[in-house]
Amino acid sequence: MTKTMTGARMVVQALKDQGVEVVFGYPGGAVLPIYDEIFQQNDIRHILVRHEQGAVHAAEGYARSTGKPGVVLVTSGPGATNAVTGITDALLDSIPLVVLTGQVPTFLIGNDAFQEADTVGITRPCTKHNWLVKEPNKLAETIHQAFHVATHGRPGPVLIDIPKDVQFATGTYTSPEHAKVSHYQPRTKGDADAILALVELMEVAERPILYTGGGVINAGPEASRLLRELTEASGFPITSTLMGLGAYPASGKSWLGMLGMHGLYEANLAMHGCDLMINIGARFDDRITGRVADFSPHSKKAHIDIDPSSINKVIHADLPIVGDVREVLSEMLRVWTERGRRVNREGLAKWWAQINEWRAKNCLAYKGSDTIIKPQYALQRLEALTKGRDRYITTEVGQHQMWAAQYLGFEDPNRWMTSGGLGTMGYGLPASIGVQIAHPDALVINVAGEASWLMNMQEMGTAMQFRAPVKQFILNNERLGMVRQWQQLLHGERYSQSWSESLPDFVKLAEAFGCKGIRCSDPAKLDDAIQEMLDYDGPVIFDCLVEKHENCFPMIPSGRPHNEMLLGEVDVEGAIGSKGAVLV
Amino acid sequence: MSALNIKKGATSHSAYDLRDPYADVIETHTLAVLVDNESGVLARVIGLFSGRGYNIESLTVAEVDHKGHLSRITIVTSGTPQVIEQIKAQLGRMVPVHEVHDLTVEGPAVQRELALFKVTGTGDARVEALRLADIFRASVVDTTLESFVFEITGTAEKIDAFAELMRPLGLREIARTGVAALSRGL
Repeated sequence: MTKTMTGARMVVQALKDQGVEVVFGYPGGAVLPIYDEIFQQNDIRHILVRHEQGAVHAAEGYARSTGKPGVVLVTSGPGATNAVTGITDALLDSIPLVVLTGQVPTFLIGNDAFQEADTVGITRPCTKHNWLVKEPNKLAETIHQAFHVATHGRPGPVLIDIPKDVQFATGTYTSPEHAKVSHYQPRTKGDADAILALVELMEVAERPILYTGGGVINAGPEASRLLRELTEASGFPITSTLMGLGAYPASGKSWLGMLGMHGLYEANLAMHGCDLMINIGARFDDRITGRVADFSPHSKKAHIDIDPSSINKVIHADLPIVGDVREVLSEMLRVWTERGRRVNREGLAKWWAQINEWRAKNCLAYKGSDTIIKPQYALQRLEALTKGRDRYITTEVGQHQMWAAQYLGFEDPNRWMTSGGLGTMGYGLPASIGVQIAHPDALVINVAGEASWLMNMQEMGTAMQFRAPVKQFILNNERLGMVRQWQQLLHGERYSQSWSESLPDFVKLAEAFGCKGIRCSDPAKLDDAIQEMLDYDGPVIFDCLVEKHENCFPMIPSGRPHNEMLLGEVDVEGAIGSKGAVLV
Repeated sequence: MSALNIKKGATSHSAYDLRDPYADVIETHTLAVLVDNESGVLARVIGLFSGRGYNIESLTVAEVDHKGHLSRITIVTSGTPQVIEQIKAQLGRMVPVHEVHDLTVEGPAVQRELALFKVTGTGDARVEALRLADIFRASVVDTTLESFVFEITGTAEKIDAFAELMRPLGLREIARTGVAALSRGL
């Protein structure tokens, strides 16, 4: 059935037909007709942010905690350019988003009109795909296609630029069922021969390791379930990237903790020493590999990824398997089960003995204090006091983010939202709001640093307006901690511009927004203060004053391999050479 | 690295490319990419090359299927085998891309480029230019008493060779189309 309606109404109708419940956005001249339609309906909830970047991060938080695409609506020109950082963030972390931008009327495009920007040009390299819709008859179909592209294959952000005259014009609405089938149909089924070859390797490997990433989370909860089944049944040790935390539970017996630059000693050494590496939905990011030439030198590497361009991009895969993680894991388990679920028990026992030796190093140990709150301690207490609750964590970017990944345990997928690829300071607060909107009754905590948090603090207004009781747990060291750490290690302790001067009084700031502010600087009072935060029915800004010069360890310095890890202050002297210093 | 010693430009019959991905040799490959002829598609492809630091030695594009709105982009690019594989994978995952063919490895292919040469001069140089043009099977598409415009079709190497010969004979301008290529046979 075809219906005639205005472009603006088509937008709202298409969103409804795609099952959209929430839109994050900010109005402006070039999207007024769409906002007029939003005003006249009640099916789609609109969350008014305070800055367009906040809208995109909130939509990311929504998407990552639900598995559904996040939807953003912003105006032309500055509305679109403000969204660019968030869109790039979503591209790097493979988060499905549909971003709708207003554009000046078609007859003004190219005239440097008021609030005109070449939005599709600007966002071409930071979206999975984008469209400028010039004909109302193509609008609905394009929106349906956009949802298809955002959610199929490797997920990512897409953008539709809609000129204002197209929003006013009348055209024929195409429902999702009548939309043209997209030729974009990425392969999801893994090659059967390759899967069999991998199972054969699994059966004989002496020192196997599962190296998992965000692809497991993106493949849905069933993929995590299959991963758990595979891990438990095989007894293989498992580690994960920052992006994949929660796919396998932190309390699981095979869990080695996160790997990479600030990963755990046992995880990195197991990666270095393994003879079979099974990469499941990770991409050999430079934070993971360290020096590529010395990366896991004695292993056969299998790489399961839905994106063929991830294969052999950084590390040569001996056994590449292009496919959806869920489908490949399911097939692997089927084949392995048929063949009797064999593993090399003797080899594995020795391997675990070795790993347990590494574990005994207790690489996350730190020097405690009775007088100053250590950031690690703050996170350990937060972990202890929220244990057993269905808890969603977002973070900003920096030391606090790494400490959160190290000291908080994630039991389930979709509970951990952090900016991994792009490393966007200012991500956590708006993301926490997006998560809370999706899960109104859940406990949502943004673990933040004070410098990152200030980047999008205007979004506390959004949290207040929409009664999102997000807890902002700020580890305040009055420093750009990670920058300061690198300056200490790499730049002769010259702390150029890396301290936070003229910080606001966070408690008064909370009061100014109308929410609750808590400050704590005494380790003895920390538990009560955290409990007060958790008990408060509403948003909280928690100013946790921590040790100012704490460094984040373990650390693999740039340009070093996994087995040259710094474990603490004593290792730091002369650790990074001039070659490593040019790397980021 | 890979123990499989497959010579440059060869394909194995495996689903995966088994050539040494870290070999340092720079290879030149001709890629044919079939894309939706939609607004911005060329910018998307070029942006991929500039954004990721790949080389473009030549690029041609035109709509080849008016009904299906499909364009064929022929790209000549160079890089290590690993980079060439990346380029193909990166092109292949783009939404408007239907097919990516590496004509350099998929068997023999015909590669042709068209060029126009403006050569000015009188006397012996002019006669020599005309004689060489004849040897190269270039045709004269414009002439005055003091100039010729030659049209020549052939491989990029043939056009380069013709340019070298014309240079001392009064070569003024060259316009080249870039390479168009098709696989041989069925």
